[in-house]
Amino acid sequence: MEHAVDPLIWELSIFVLAIFVGYYVVWSVTPALHTPLMAITNAISSVIVVGALLAAGPEGFSIAKMFGIAAMTLAAVNIFGGFVVTQRMLAMFRGKKRPAAGGQKAH
Amino acid sequence: MSANLTALAYLVASVLFVLALRGLSSPTAARRGNMMGIAGMAIAVIATVVNPQIVSYEWIVAAIVVGGAIGTFIARKIEMSAMPQLVAGFHSLVGLAAVFVAAAAFNAPESFGILDEAGAIRLASRIEMALGAVIGAITFSGSIVAFAKLQELVSGNPVQFKGQHLLNLAIGVVIVVLVAMFTNEPVAQWFALFTVLAFVIGVLLIIPIGGADMPVVISMLNSYSGWAAAGIGFTLHNSALIVTGALVGSSGAILSYIMCRAMNRSFVSVILGGFGAESDGPKKAKSDKPVKAGSSEDAAFLLKNAGSVIIVPGYGMAVAQAQHVLAEAAHKLKAQGVRVRYAIHPVAGRMPGHMNVLLAEANVPYEDVQELEEINPDFSNTDVVIVIGANDVTNPAARSDPKSPIFGMPILDVDKAKTVLFIKRSLAPGYAGIDNELFYAPNTMMLFADAKKMMQDIAKEL
Repeated sequence: MEHAVDPLIWELSIFVLAIFVGYYVVWSVTPALHTPLMAITNAISSVIVVGALLAAGPEGFSIAKMFGIAAMTLAAVNIFGGFVVTQRMLAMFRGKKRPAAGGQKAH
Repeated sequence: MSANLTALAYLVASVLFVLALRGLSSPTAARRGNMMGIAGMAIAVIATVVNPQIVSYEWIVAAIVVGGAIGTFIARKIEMSAMPQLVAGFHSLVGLAAVFVAAAAFNAPESFGILDEAGAIRLASRIEMALGAVIGAITFSGSIVAFAKLQELVSGNPVQFKGQHLLNLAIGVVIVVLVAMFTNEPVAQWFALFTVLAFVIGVLLIIPIGGADMPVVISMLNSYSGWAAAGIGFTLHNSALIVTGALVGSSGAILSYIMCRAMNRSFVSVILGGFGAESDGPKKAKSDKPVKAGSSEDAAFLLKNAGSVIIVPGYGMAVAQAQHVLAEAAHKLKAQGVRVRYAIHPVAGRMPGHMNVLLAEANVPYEDVQELEEINPDFSNTDVVIVIGANDVTNPAARSDPKSPIFGMPILDVDKAKTVLFIKRSLAPGYAGIDNELFYAPNTMMLFADAKKMMQDIAKEL
């Protein structure tokens, strides 16, 4: 090969390895927390907001900027909504040692 | 901020996202994990905003304020029983955002640094943005249909018509051809056409899938939203987006697999849909065998005299919002020295883990809530089982009748308990459209009532 490795190959390497990381990490998630898992994966997949920022950032007005602002808004709904609802759910998962406020008293 | 520093910031964000998912291995670590997820997102956003080409902030701030306020409001107000439709709704937003970002990248490639020396969009970038747009569009419209079914805006029944799969295949082929044409010559009409067709196929893919297959559908759409994000990540050469997309994509894929396995169905058969359609399955399988019906007093008497009780909740409990009064009754029993636990089938409810969240909402300690493999051996030495809003997941035909459509599906062995209390409105068959022989078993007592009403009456008697 006379040329340097295309950046695409590096990105592909990161992608494939990250799939393996995801595979092992997700299998270790307890089934009781599968709903919070979906809520949080939903929130973090909104990191797509970085693409929206690049499109919404330049001066002036263009079609791309409008798409960017629309994507920003959608992603913001998801980021805030996803993390807040995950937090709300996780706050409910209490063990026996720490009964939730207003709930039953430990006998 | 130099490009290297930005890339490092994205790496930190990616690591934090991995840790956020890792935290979900236990409820206590999960709360810390969520904070790491938030930190990762903040780092990714800040690292992008300080980029010198971002100079106009007013719209960005406005979008974050408006979107953030809407998201926070919804997340605070939503009922826990409505979590499946909320997640489906959120998936649709990720999908649409991916389409918009792809469209923006196509319209202003210079902002994304994806032009080659000749000033055209790079070949790889064309493929990547097309993939991001197509998967994003499928995620969007598919999630909208799933949302509508879960919210009962449309019927949850499978919608099928002749030549459905052939039509889907044809549209799929046309999309592939259009993407190839776009890759060859990136003009706006190809982009618009394959995006529109992807919206259409997203709808067509989800309409034949029935309500109780929703756990698979939601997991699958979760996976799609990840792949869409990864596609956009390749377009933007952004490692945080690629890593996150891969994590989310594999997470959704694993959940789909777990759900399919719990139903003993292949992924393909779920996708092709139609399961539980009124047209197929043995119709009117209802037998005229005698059933033993009981009252809340009978149930309370049995429960008070039991040493151990296992509660099996299903989607019906969520619909009736019976989790709070159920937990109250369980608490009264525990105070009287009865051992009470909950058994969760993986596909109980409309999304993975749905029942666990509802029970947690009702202040049930998570140690009391057990998974199928964990608790199944214990049914044979349990005095009373309460089945509330579940049906097919307890049907012994899955073990014994090779002709049954659910044969081979792992079930909760509630029939092995001394007494089974079955709270149900009627003897109507469950989602699979088959009769449950458990209704007629000598050790079963049917409690015909609304789940919430019946549990209230039982709780009063305890």
